[in-house]
Amino acid sequence: MSDSGTSLHQAPSSAAVSPLGYPEELLAPGATYSTVSEEIASIPLWRIRSHWWWMGLAASFFLLCVLFIAVGWLFYRGVGIWGVNIPVGWGFAIVNFVWWIGIGHAGTFISAILLLLAQHWRNSINRLAEAMTIFAVVCAGMFPLLHLGRPWVFYFLFPYPDTMGLWPQFRSPLVWDAFAVSTYFTVSLLYWYLGLVPDFASLRDRAKPLALRRLYAVLALGWRGSALHWDRHQIAYALLAGLATPLVLSVHSVVSLDFAVSILPGWHSTIFPPYFVAGAIYSGFAMVLTLLLPLRSIFKLQNLITLRHLNNMACVMFVSGLLVAYGYFMEVLMGLLSDDSFEHAKTLSRLWGHDAAIYWPVLLCNVFIPQLLWSRRARTSVWMLLALSIVINLGMWLERLMIVVSSLNRDFLPSSWGSYWPTAFDWATLVGSFGLFMTLFMLFVRLAPVIAIADVRELIEQQTKSKQ
Amino acid sequence: MTGDLYALMAEFSTPEELTAAVKAAAGNGYSKIDAYSPLPIAGLAGAMGHRRSILPLAFLLGGLVGGGGGYFMEYYAMAIYYPLNVAGRPLHSWPSFIPVTFELTVLISALTGFVFLLIALGLPKPHHPVFNSPEFERASSDRFFLSVESIDPRFSLEETRGFLLRLNPIQILEVPR
Repeated sequence: MSDSGTSLHQAPSSAAVSPLGYPEELLAPGATYSTVSEEIASIPLWRIRSHWWWMGLAASFFLLCVLFIAVGWLFYRGVGIWGVNIPVGWGFAIVNFVWWIGIGHAGTFISAILLLLAQHWRNSINRLAEAMTIFAVVCAGMFPLLHLGRPWVFYFLFPYPDTMGLWPQFRSPLVWDAFAVSTYFTVSLLYWYLGLVPDFASLRDRAKPLALRRLYAVLALGWRGSALHWDRHQIAYALLAGLATPLVLSVHSVVSLDFAVSILPGWHSTIFPPYFVAGAIYSGFAMVLTLLLPLRSIFKLQNLITLRHLNNMACVMFVSGLLVAYGYFMEVLMGLLSDDSFEHAKTLSRLWGHDAAIYWPVLLCNVFIPQLLWSRRARTSVWMLLALSIVINLGMWLERLMIVVSSLNRDFLPSSWGSYWPTAFDWATLVGSFGLFMTLFMLFVRLAPVIAIADVRELIEQQTKSKQ
Repeated sequence: MTGDLYALMAEFSTPEELTAAVKAAAGNGYSKIDAYSPLPIAGLAGAMGHRRSILPLAFLLGGLVGGGGGYFMEYYAMAIYYPLNVAGRPLHSWPSFIPVTFELTVLISALTGFVFLLIALGLPKPHHPVFNSPEFERASSDRFFLSVESIDPRFSLEETRGFLLRLNPIQILEVPR
């Protein structure tokens, strides 16, 4: 998938097609420094196609209001309004937490790991993916706090000099989680902002209304694009990418330890950290596609996000999906080979017992249907990718529901067996978190460049050089 | 003569022209020069005589302080200040201290590096003489600028203008202070 070799650019015609059937060039022909600046900056500056944006914002804001109502009532009445009860004490809140934080991982994967691997095609999609990461982590971080019985004392999780003389229990995965998620959020935000500074300067220099100029001038921090600026910026950007890279692997590993450190059948498993990380990247790439495909059509960004980008993303998504499938396979294999009768019973229950009704839909969405991605036609078809990405998002959410609920509902003593049924407030909080995510995303689309302008200019320079 | 002039600026349309111009200016003995571009150009800072950045050191030190401090905090809290016997496990149970140590390493390293970057660049700095020239707006879009500042000991309006003209720029700008 590397485009660094010159062999890709040998054909004189810029509309050349590679043997695999997608365009060889990363960008459509005819792109210059000024056309990309214009094309990308026009979304926040000239507010093109704003009726679509207003419709999206209205729908998102409506869902956000649903969240406010659900959370307001939760703060008033307590977690009893949710369907959680013994034995299933972890319900939608934890499912949504794991799902949202997993989605964030693709953004960091695209922006940091692909940067270090010199995958230049990332330059058209990294900004959007990073924004998705930050908003997904905002949604994720909300759920453990809501899940606390007394959310207003959430700061007990952090070490601070309190009058009670207490410290958090550093041996607990829940404390690790608080550190992992807050570090992830902070580092992602710094990395995103650092990349945005030169682009804010581009917007500052192109904006016409004074208020907008001022806003972007403040955000751009006085960026002049001098040689020293760029040199130090590139160093800091690469180092932050290096720091964000282990976070991709560590955050969901720590999340998985919330489960794996316990001794419950179905949770107590050494494959959990890599299996969670693969699942995170899988669902994250699905979410990037779900967001990117409509945006690309509405704002006519086909010149910058070409079929080649879509094909590459589909490939990464598919490979991580196969890793997830391997995780499912090993889980079943280990469960069936295990001498632990509880583990054994849990595996059988998922295969054709009490939990089969959720297990098989998970396999259908995450393993069987995505096999369509073997076909190049599916990987370069916008509608097919959109449909598949939604199916995978749904499947990954169901997977987390399966992991959380199906290990809890069968306690060690049959007398304490139970079930879990979400209430209207569980659903409202889930739907409301979409409102929060989409509202933030809509504001981002209108206020910041959705594609990293400076990074795309580098792509143009490379293309011009390789043609010479 | 040059009291209210900040610099003379030559405008180019490609990164290669700018790099060549910077090398020519440095070779000609100008020291107060700067280059402005809409995208990073490899080797340009070095050609202008900027030293290698110590920014990586700031990241490293931040990481060491974060990691060391984080581990010490956990050790102090769990083994000294509030020793709690959990099923006979050792108080200094180092494997379970690793995740928080790692996270704090990354967090403090990133924060330190970011702050040091801002210090190294002298940002935020909303006002700068280069913004006085309306044509400079294109430095964030598609134009490349070389500036020779009037405080340069070798600066003289006529000679410097002649030198810049020989570099074949699109135009030459007089940037007021």
